[in-house]
Amino acid sequence: MSVAEELLNPKPEGWNRPASIAESGDGELLEVAMGPHHPSTHGVFRMDVALDGERVVRLRPVFGYLHRNHEKIAEGISYLASMPYTDRLDYICPLTNNWAYALAVEKLTGQEVPERAEYLRVILGELTRYQNHASSIGFLIQEMGASGTPLMYAFREREKILDLFEELTGARMMVNYMRFGGCRVDASPGWLDRTRKVVAGLAGFVDEFERLLATNEILMARTQGVGVLRADLAVNAGVTGPMLRASGVNYDIRKVDGYGIYNRFNFRVPLGDHGDVYDRFMIRLLEMRESIVILQQALKEIPGGPVMSPTAKLRGFRPKPGEAYGRIEAPKGELGFYLISNGGPNPYRYRVRPPSLINLTVLEDMCLGSDVADVVLIFGSVDIVLGEVDR
Amino acid sequence: MKTVEEIKSAIEAAVPGAGVEIVSNPSPCGQHSLRLAPECALAVAKFLRDDAELKLDYLSSATGVDWPDSLEAVYHLYSVEKKHGPVILRMRTVNRTSQVELPSLTPIWRSAEFQEREIFDLYGIVFTGHPDLRRLLMWEGFKDHPMRRDYREPDDFEYEPTAHDEVLKRATEHQAAAAGQPGSEAGA
Repeated sequence: MSVAEELLNPKPEGWNRPASIAESGDGELLEVAMGPHHPSTHGVFRMDVALDGERVVRLRPVFGYLHRNHEKIAEGISYLASMPYTDRLDYICPLTNNWAYALAVEKLTGQEVPERAEYLRVILGELTRYQNHASSIGFLIQEMGASGTPLMYAFREREKILDLFEELTGARMMVNYMRFGGCRVDASPGWLDRTRKVVAGLAGFVDEFERLLATNEILMARTQGVGVLRADLAVNAGVTGPMLRASGVNYDIRKVDGYGIYNRFNFRVPLGDHGDVYDRFMIRLLEMRESIVILQQALKEIPGGPVMSPTAKLRGFRPKPGEAYGRIEAPKGELGFYLISNGGPNPYRYRVRPPSLINLTVLEDMCLGSDVADVVLIFGSVDIVLGEVDR
Repeated sequence: MKTVEEIKSAIEAAVPGAGVEIVSNPSPCGQHSLRLAPECALAVAKFLRDDAELKLDYLSSATGVDWPDSLEAVYHLYSVEKKHGPVILRMRTVNRTSQVELPSLTPIWRSAEFQEREIFDLYGIVFTGHPDLRRLLMWEGFKDHPMRRDYREPDDFEYEPTAHDEVLKRATEHQAAAAGQPGSEAGA
């Protein structure tokens, strides 16, 4: 196996990534700091890259520019008061953050959630997934150099969904909508009708997006075979979400755990073959279609009734001592909350398992040996939000 | 999926002399955990990952907890292949100040790489055998561990280029306090 091949296929066992392969190149290494204000880094994130010519021989991600110790803040305030803070983790998908936190607290206390609230959660979660994937693809294409069009198309779609969020929750992004044991407010029949109307138009957009991009020659040339992630490394490194499934691993927490009411819906889990940037792009497109399938079923079946469990207690809320780990399939991967209660009004330990941070574990493995221009694409295909990486 | 008792006996059969203790969880979710003795944790982790029946190939979350008398690392394991979990592992340090080493599980699950760095950064647990143990979120040269319960926040004067008036007063007090207890000053 040549050095380049070995770099592209590091074994997950142990630590055999070379610190530097200066001797294998023919020139001097050039060290470049990409970020923290590089436009492709989606926020304040830095990659210290060592280049041998155009080729990446080392990449060290540097975190913490947006660190505000979210977990420490949450340990000093009540359970309910943390709910609005979760919006700010992955600010593209606040509703799934709310859901994961509510789920963890419900596991801690054994709280039941009414039917209608479960349906609303699924509807909002899938709308969130749809708009996250649309904008993530838009950003990826933007970084490829197609400035404007695809991103604006994606944002036009996202805008329709954000309007729905705003009508229901009062905010486009900082929604603070879910509660332990249900949802904060009920959806009006008018809102559900408007959602049905928007959902009816979503499939057309995916078709349009796919026609525009999927067979585009430049996109295929830039992404196919780039940033390959092997399935066994992906599992070992804790990669989750569309990235894991693009490597061909069938693991979707909606299917595995069937949390909420996901086991009532018929949907497929799209899987990739190659684990390259193109597959990650394509998986997101296919997952958008599956989200529409779930949305149609949920909007058809949504029952009446309360959205808050009558036994739910929000203020003066003191769970019995114990701990719980609740996780959901957020658009970016497994989002988990780990809570320890000592019987007090604040959590003794509050931990966020951030998919964005852990998916970056393999960033160096995917980038080694590729051109520096491809680093931007590989990084874009991971789909991160710095609010969640740095917490 | 085996119960924690069955997993405990499987571990004890496979790794002789492994100190495994069940920590029961009274909450309704019933996620009980296993406390490992640090010296055999690596062997137990390898067994859990490779055992044909358990196949816990996916480490979801690794995190720290600050207890009054010790620091603890908590690992949540799932199986991607068998689609079960979680199996929760815990390890405790001897105390909170001088003996804070625990074995790193990064050689078994790469997923722990950044998460153990984060625990080291925020709680100060030193993971022996971690290939790249540096601070993750705080900057190099930062001295304290902010997630610990006795962490003292730095005064805001540190961010003012020329301290004067009230800020200067606070700064003087802070420096006097810091001179009294060396090593306790937070921030760089």
